[in-house]
Amino acid sequence: MTAPTDSPTLPMNAPPQAPTLVQAHDGDDETYYLNMGPQHPSMHGVLRLLLKLRGERIEVCDPVIGYAHRAHEKMAENRSYVQFYPNTSRIDYLSGMIYNIGYCQMIEKVCSYEVPERAVAIRIIACELNRIQSHLLWLGTYLMDIGGITPFLYCFDDREEILGILDRVSGSRLTYAYGRFGGVTRDVDDVFLSQATAFLARLRGRFPLYAKLVEGNVIFRERSIGVGVIDRAMAMRYGVTGPCLRAAGVGYDVRKAEPYGGYEDYDFDVPTREAGDCLARYEVRVAEMEQSCRIIEQAIERLPEGAFGPKKFIKKLKPPVGEFYFAVESARGQFGMYLVSDGKDIPVKLKLRTPSFANLSSMSEALAGTMVADTIAVLGSIDVVMPEIDR
Amino acid sequence: MPTTLPNIFENPLIAIAIGIGGVMTVLSLNVLFCIWFERKVSAWIQRRMGPMEVGFHGAMQTVADMMKLLSKQLITPEGIDKPLYHLAPIVVFAPVVASASLLPFSASVAISNIDIGLVLVFMFGGFAVIGIFMAGWGSNNKYALLGGMRAVAQNISYEIPLILSALSVVLMVSAMGRGITVDGVQTDLLGTNLAHITFVQANTSLWFIVFQPVAAIIFFIATLAETNRAPFDIPEAESEIVAGFHTEYSGMRFGLFFFGEFTNMFIGAMVMTVLFFGGWDGVWLVGSWLPGPVWFFLKTYAIIFVMMWVRWTFPRLRFDQLMTFCWAVLIPLSIVNLLVTAFVIKVL
Repeated sequence: MTAPTDSPTLPMNAPPQAPTLVQAHDGDDETYYLNMGPQHPSMHGVLRLLLKLRGERIEVCDPVIGYAHRAHEKMAENRSYVQFYPNTSRIDYLSGMIYNIGYCQMIEKVCSYEVPERAVAIRIIACELNRIQSHLLWLGTYLMDIGGITPFLYCFDDREEILGILDRVSGSRLTYAYGRFGGVTRDVDDVFLSQATAFLARLRGRFPLYAKLVEGNVIFRERSIGVGVIDRAMAMRYGVTGPCLRAAGVGYDVRKAEPYGGYEDYDFDVPTREAGDCLARYEVRVAEMEQSCRIIEQAIERLPEGAFGPKKFIKKLKPPVGEFYFAVESARGQFGMYLVSDGKDIPVKLKLRTPSFANLSSMSEALAGTMVADTIAVLGSIDVVMPEIDR
Repeated sequence: MPTTLPNIFENPLIAIAIGIGGVMTVLSLNVLFCIWFERKVSAWIQRRMGPMEVGFHGAMQTVADMMKLLSKQLITPEGIDKPLYHLAPIVVFAPVVASASLLPFSASVAISNIDIGLVLVFMFGGFAVIGIFMAGWGSNNKYALLGGMRAVAQNISYEIPLILSALSVVLMVSAMGRGITVDGVQTDLLGTNLAHITFVQANTSLWFIVFQPVAAIIFFIATLAETNRAPFDIPEAESEIVAGFHTEYSGMRFGLFFFGEFTNMFIGAMVMTVLFFGGWDGVWLVGSWLPGPVWFFLKTYAIIFVMMWVRWTFPRLRFDQLMTFCWAVLIPLSIVNLLVTAFVIKVL
């Protein structure tokens, strides 16, 4: 029985354009294998890249994953919904807040819980701050991979502000457990709002500094323009989402395409670029930081009074029987949760569709034919978080 | 002109002993200072403080690091090419030390004042490439091999603009140094004698940076590439190939490479000082406040500061872009500069 998605004419069913599996040595003495192994000063998490090189040119790039597998999906099958909740922020620790809140939003949609308006606005502020923090870290590490070590510290300086703001309200700097089914854990006070406003002003003042340090630099441009091109067709074939997809010209953002959590009431743009190279991905992320600032501004302005959570925190859930899918836009792309429920408090199956998995798959095709030095640049610009791929 | 050590001390053996001892002391102190300086400069650029614990503002930090390196286990990997692996640090380190004795520190004393001093300095600099490749090949490590190959290509390519830009200065000295009276004797000053180059600049109080700014910039960039400093540090690009050609070296063997790199930087800065910034000549009106050698070292460390500044500001060039930059930009520019210099000298 063929499903509609099996049609060979669909771009996602086209055969891969470059050999992706490393075969046994084919006797060609001009090529050699280099292992950019799981232990490497620059690898973003534990990823093994098996490269088949001819001199400095990459013929085949084969990413080997699984070194950070922690069995989150299996854990979900053995825990109640509430017990699994802290796991969500550890799947992608750089978008911890977005994943936390996304999980809550899924449960609320499935079980039809009401969320007070104040909680909706607080959640949006927290998630967008999280997104900015993730992009700042990406910026610092991407530049460090290319060789400019100094901007890393400037980005972390800004990021420290965000972590302090979120720490004050949630209790953690990186892996929060800030949401609850029906709202958030704690209310925000005026100090939080004034800190957030001050941070926005500070960050907007820093954008020109980053632009001058980075975009005006001819070496940076040489390393980024035309490097690691993931064009529209390639992106669609691999299911790439997030800034990588938007840099390839497809303006798909889950917050706009399938609005959730109050985003439909906010006014923001979805930045896209056409080139699909490293510079395009850089520009998209920097533009996204500015858009997140806009959203936070609007949310702070219209923060309504009211309750910040449900009257009684829900501990035991009674979800309906069935299969449900819910997606949010994390810093790296579309994070989807596919829930199979049989009515009990423990899910039958929770499948996590993480964006970095698809994004990394596109890298093997993007790298074929380029040079070794570009490997790290392209890997950095795609912005993968390995624990998210391995779950 | 500087009186050399063999002339000062009647016994040549004493002269040699003092020469070796002096050079090694100066170089060791330089490395100690440079490492501390690098860590402090990089820290200040990155909004940090750098070493603060050991000694005042971390002044003794390098001593502590050297002690740590000396006490580390020397891990010798399997399958290495033994002579290449063990000799590589020495081949990198020894010629650079030798070239330190060729530089004139003041108007009155130098360790040696050879007529082809400039040529010898470049020659000694070229030896380091062999050492790097020995390390890369002998380490039995693909990363090291990649680093070694890149280093060889980079170093021998950038020697060309280095020498061509120095040649412009040589031409100028030979032209300006005809029949000058030195110490009461009329001589022709040779362009390849480092002391003569400095003397011409000191005499006219016009440093060659004024006449040859393009050559100075080319020389600076080529020196960065020769000493494997960022943005040309691809051979040891930490984020790409672990540690490049010295991946498999631990403890004091790595320390020797480190020593060699900083000494190379020091020599490069000293040669640039001699060629373009007047060597021991003081700065205009305040020249007589400080003795010659102090000016010499001040200028040298100013250049080293700029090298460090550049390192912590710019990202790294990709290897093919680096080679394109050398062959398509620097070499034509330095050839044009040389031709223009020769033409101007002929006309004037």
